[in-house]
Amino acid sequence: MATPVIVERKPLTFAERTYVPQILSGLKTTWKHLVKPKDTLEYPEQRPAIPPGYRGVPTLVKDPHGREKCVSCQLCEFVCPPKAIRITPGEIAPDAPTGHVEKAPKEFEIDMLRCIYCGMCQEVCPEEAIFLQNQFSMTGYTREEMVNNKARLYELGGTLPDQHFKWDKKKDAEVHGNDRH
Amino acid sequence: MIAPPKPDLVTVNVDGKEIAVPKGTNAIEAARLVGVDVPYYCYHPKLSVVGNCRMCLIEMGMPAVDPATKAPIMDPATGKQKINWIPRPQIGCATNATPGLHIRTQSPQIKDCREGVMEFLLINHPLDCPICDQAGECKLQEQSTGYGRGYSRFIEQKNVKPKRTQLGPRVMLDDERCILCSRCIRFCKEIAKDDVLGFIDRGSYSTLTCYPGKALTNNYSLNTVDICPVGALTSTDFRFKMRVWFLKQTNSIDTESSVGANTVVWSREGVIYRITPRRNDEVNDTWMPDSGRELYKSVRAADRLGAVRVNGAASALDLAILAAVDLLKAAAGAVAVVGSGRSSVEEQFLTQRLAATLQASATLVGRVGEGDKLLISADRNPNVRGALVTGLIRELPATKLSALGAAIDAGKVRAVVSVGEDLAAAGLSAAQLAKVAIVYLGTHDNATAAAAKVVIPTLTVFEKSGTFVNQQFRLQKFLKCVPAVAGAHDDLVVLTRLIAALGAAAAPAELHALWAVLAAEVPALKAITFANLPETGLLLDATPYAGLPFVEGETLHYKPAAPAAAAAT
Repeated sequence: MATPVIVERKPLTFAERTYVPQILSGLKTTWKHLVKPKDTLEYPEQRPAIPPGYRGVPTLVKDPHGREKCVSCQLCEFVCPPKAIRITPGEIAPDAPTGHVEKAPKEFEIDMLRCIYCGMCQEVCPEEAIFLQNQFSMTGYTREEMVNNKARLYELGGTLPDQHFKWDKKKDAEVHGNDRH
Repeated sequence: MIAPPKPDLVTVNVDGKEIAVPKGTNAIEAARLVGVDVPYYCYHPKLSVVGNCRMCLIEMGMPAVDPATKAPIMDPATGKQKINWIPRPQIGCATNATPGLHIRTQSPQIKDCREGVMEFLLINHPLDCPICDQAGECKLQEQSTGYGRGYSRFIEQKNVKPKRTQLGPRVMLDDERCILCSRCIRFCKEIAKDDVLGFIDRGSYSTLTCYPGKALTNNYSLNTVDICPVGALTSTDFRFKMRVWFLKQTNSIDTESSVGANTVVWSREGVIYRITPRRNDEVNDTWMPDSGRELYKSVRAADRLGAVRVNGAASALDLAILAAVDLLKAAAGAVAVVGSGRSSVEEQFLTQRLAATLQASATLVGRVGEGDKLLISADRNPNVRGALVTGLIRELPATKLSALGAAIDAGKVRAVVSVGEDLAAAGLSAAQLAKVAIVYLGTHDNATAAAAKVVIPTLTVFEKSGTFVNQQFRLQKFLKCVPAVAGAHDDLVVLTRLIAALGAAAAPAELHALWAVLAAEVPALKAITFANLPETGLLLDATPYAGLPFVEGETLHYKPAAPAAAAAT
């Protein structure tokens, strides 16, 4: 066994024995923070600024023409690590205005008690229909309230700009497309 | 049995590897044997070769011989015979193995060819993958990833074709996705013998369609959906229901007839979404009837039994077993057991034990329909031969239980145990049902369940594992696909408990343990265990039953040994 090392305790100096320098340096820190600008926010009255790329609550969005972009391909359901997403696929009636898209979710549920805000659903979506937007606070009194259904997801998501209008182009090609022979 | 003649083996060279294959094997199959993947769309092992997709291009060469003397020309560099490579690529599907055939599948020329073919195929193919049912099992997806260029140079407008063409009651065509491989056309012509599909128009405007005034209505139409390499043909039943990558595949058997087509059941979280055929070259090749694909709907049917009932009141299994034993003991000596040709071999074995314990006669209910000479035979029970093998019955069942009805009328039978058979449908009248105490083990509600004193809900074929013996006396196993519905009890558990409660030696209710008993007690099943039963089934010795007048006519891979019953009588 190693021999114990005895640490010699130095005697306090006179200034130290009065405690005055310690009190003054402590007060200096206190006064500094009293006059400094605040780091905290008066939440919920004040809201933080959301930086770009923030991953808030996942939502479903519509394109500027009001078409629901999700086609229920279920890739987000597949990729979701905590299995928070549950989609019931459905068919769009052929005579509907977006009948050429053929497929849309009948029901779309995201369980916010499971969601880990990883953003993989947004990354994987081939239709750019699901986005983690700025809302960060989800509360509810029951477990059922914490499951966002399709209507709620579209309400949260709203409309985002679209760069492709893939399906509109498709319909356009269908209407005036290549002449036969 | 006469052994098939040994096929002529020829040695071919695939990418430098020598392999002996039967003469006439095509280059795709030969390459598959050495583990080399040759991509293809239009080729199908069970259909004729047309070679119209051009995806399976390979380089082909033959050993060089002097044209005049036929002496081999040697390559001085290697000391081996020189190989004359054909300068242009050949299609692998139509290149048959001949002695000394050399093929190259990985050369830069072939890589170029595949990229070119993929690019042409993708020209008019829509960007539909997110809404396409084939996504995840699409050859075009897989091979554009594996052999494609990786980016598109196409800036023109794609052709727009109809997206929702109903070819038949069960098949929907998306013309845009079709790559014109003609597999569906060949299937209808060659296998289903119902020539209804064809191409019209030319070039990029070629379109698959039905002949005027015809529709794809035959009972094998959904096989075209299975063999469609892309999402052009989709099943109206499965369309947009679920993506295939979520589905769990379980091997099963088609129960609609004694053909016993091998199937795969696709389920997710206890819900079955579709049934597709499983390749078994001895039974069903790669096909199955459409009617067998809808059988999964019985699992969650509205009339599914969900509660044990004793005298019409909900009860528990323990009480029901006791009540059944009381009924059967009260009628001792006057009990009849009705087994089922739809039960598994294991259940029939236990049914036979139950009948022996009760000293009762056991009968089956025959189901005879019309065979379609392909994959539905005349015997619509999947497992009559299992009952013969296990000794439940000695002769083939009649379609009506008139003998049992007469015995009931005469008062000789006072209690009936029905293992999964609807006695009313089998010819017993309501008055006859009312005269006897019925113990009914079954899956769905019917007149027998309504008349029964004890009703114990049991499992459908999708909720249990077991075996069937098909018309070839091939023992084939099916596996549990989905959990049982609430309230249903395992047939094996119910039967073993019933036997035990009647005072006989208990058999194990667990399948693998039960198979040890089966192997020990049934001579035909000696040395077989459930675990070592091959996926493609095991042929049992059919000679003890050769004299029986089986009702089946000829079907795919089956020729009746004895003249059919109808012809004999």
